[in-house]
Amino acid sequence: MISVKELSVAYGENQQLTPALDKVTIEIDSGQIYTFIGPSGCGKSTFLYILAGILRDYQGIVTIDGKPVDPQKQRIGLILQNYGLLPWKNVYQNAILGAKIKDQPADEPYVRFIFQQLGIEDLLGRYPKELSGGQQQRVAIARAFILKPDLLLMDEPFSALDAITREEIQDLFLKIWKQHQVTTVFITHSVDEALYLGSKIVVFSPAPGKIIEVIDNPCFQLENLRARDEYYRMSKQLRKMLSEEWSKQ
Amino acid sequence: MVEAVKDKWLGAAYSFIVVLVFWGLVSWWLDIPIIPSPAAVFQNILDIYTSKMQAHVAASLLRILAGIIIAILAGVPLGFLMGYFERVDKILSPLVYFTYPVPKLALLPIVMLLFGLGETSKLIMIILIIVFQIIITSRDAVKSIPAETYHSLQSLGASRRQMFTEIIVPASLPEVLTATRLALGTAVSILFFTETFGTEYGMGYFIMDAWMRVNYLEMYSGIVVLSFMGFVIFTLIDLSESRLCSWR
Ligand SMILES: Nc1ncnc2c1ncn2[C@@H]1O[C@H](COP(=O)(O)OP(=O)(O)OP(=O)(O)O)[C@@H](O)[C@H]1O
Ligand SMILES: [Mg+2]
Repeated sequence: MISVKELSVAYGENQQLTPALDKVTIEIDSGQIYTFIGPSGCGKSTFLYILAGILRDYQGIVTIDGKPVDPQKQRIGLILQNYGLLPWKNVYQNAILGAKIKDQPADEPYVRFIFQQLGIEDLLGRYPKELSGGQQQRVAIARAFILKPDLLLMDEPFSALDAITREEIQDLFLKIWKQHQVTTVFITHSVDEALYLGSKIVVFSPAPGKIIEVIDNPCFQLENLRARDEYYRMSKQLRKMLSEEWSKQ
Repeated sequence: MVEAVKDKWLGAAYSFIVVLVFWGLVSWWLDIPIIPSPAAVFQNILDIYTSKMQAHVAASLLRILAGIIIAILAGVPLGFLMGYFERVDKILSPLVYFTYPVPKLALLPIVMLLFGLGETSKLIMIILIIVFQIIITSRDAVKSIPAETYHSLQSLGASRRQMFTEIIVPASLPEVLTATRLALGTAVSILFFTETFGTEYGMGYFIMDAWMRVNYLEMYSGIVVLSFMGFVIFTLIDLSESRLCSWR
């Protein structure tokens, strides 16, 4: 479980502080996907960077399973919008980077299994510049799962992809996720994505970000979701709520 | 990739032929001993290379390679530290910037007064010429790595050492090699210059000596061989660049 209490973050020097997060409090249960949705600039990425141990300057208390965030002890998988692959490593080297940094030999059969599930087993010798956006994102997903993370953090991972590729990769992601049920924080701009992937949906206010609401998502993991009425209804409801909440300020 | 390599070789062959034709025409046209024909010079190289030139080539090669290697070993780590740690940069940057525009050749008398006429001075001159370029290039290469590049490694809890080996070194390698390649031209000129005194070995000595003995054929042979040496090192760096940085 991740526990966040009264988390506030501001950027800038002493005199000119720009608040990015304002007293965010939330408990994130293990084994669930939480989708976070909020307007641009409300501090979503900032929130993720704190969970990832990248940003360390904040007020409040953040713990993962009761311990403070420490990337050296915890296994944190991070997937970013620009994929975060290292251009000088080929697909295989990028994919096992997490295991390598954690100083343990990659579990080869499992690595092969993930490659095969993501359909990248024929690309292993290529460099990132020789891949399409969708392929790069598959590699990033492979890397995150090969790490066997305790916590998966995703910052608008699919937003740079075209609509068809995005739906494909969303399904692929869910398929692999179901086998592991790793706690996931998933940031998105898209109402559809939030509904499709999240067991809970967390709504941020405009900047500086506060949490307005945590919604249980009745649609999560329903068969053939996109064609269902519930999905349509929920989507309408959520959109209405967002437009009301976000226009308040 | 393969096309680019082919183009480079074609370019080299082309410029080689242009120079030869031009040289041949001039020597044929003027027909004076100070401009021997290319054919005579190449024949002369074949005749005297093993007996007379080899030792000089080896001496020059050793100096220039030692210079390059020491400059890289000293300059790259320093540049990395400056690029990675803001505080190191604040302290060292002014020094580097202040000394960068000073023509290093003008320091030759001082270096010679301090270190004598021997090998040390020659090596120091070559290192002085290249090292600043390498420091500044490595520093800028590190600075230009976007912060996001580090994020995945940070979230994995990577150590400083891993940041250097996984990101900083590979990210800046292409720039460092390019800088070395570009500095090579100047380094060869300096090499030539420093070899004209205080030694009896080196291509600089060989060329000047032939000149003094009014042996123009040998003088030209020396110039051709020295140029060829520069070209070979240049090409080697270029090749290792495309080999090591094929991810670009
Ligand atoms: N390094 C930084 N220095 C100063 N201000 C920053 C920095 N990073 C972000 N900010 C500011 O903090 C606020 C929150 O940024 P953040 O990137 O977390 O937003 P976001 O919700 O992820 O936005 P988007 O949806 O556009 O990605 C913004 O106002 C932004 O301008
Ligand atoms: Mg963001």
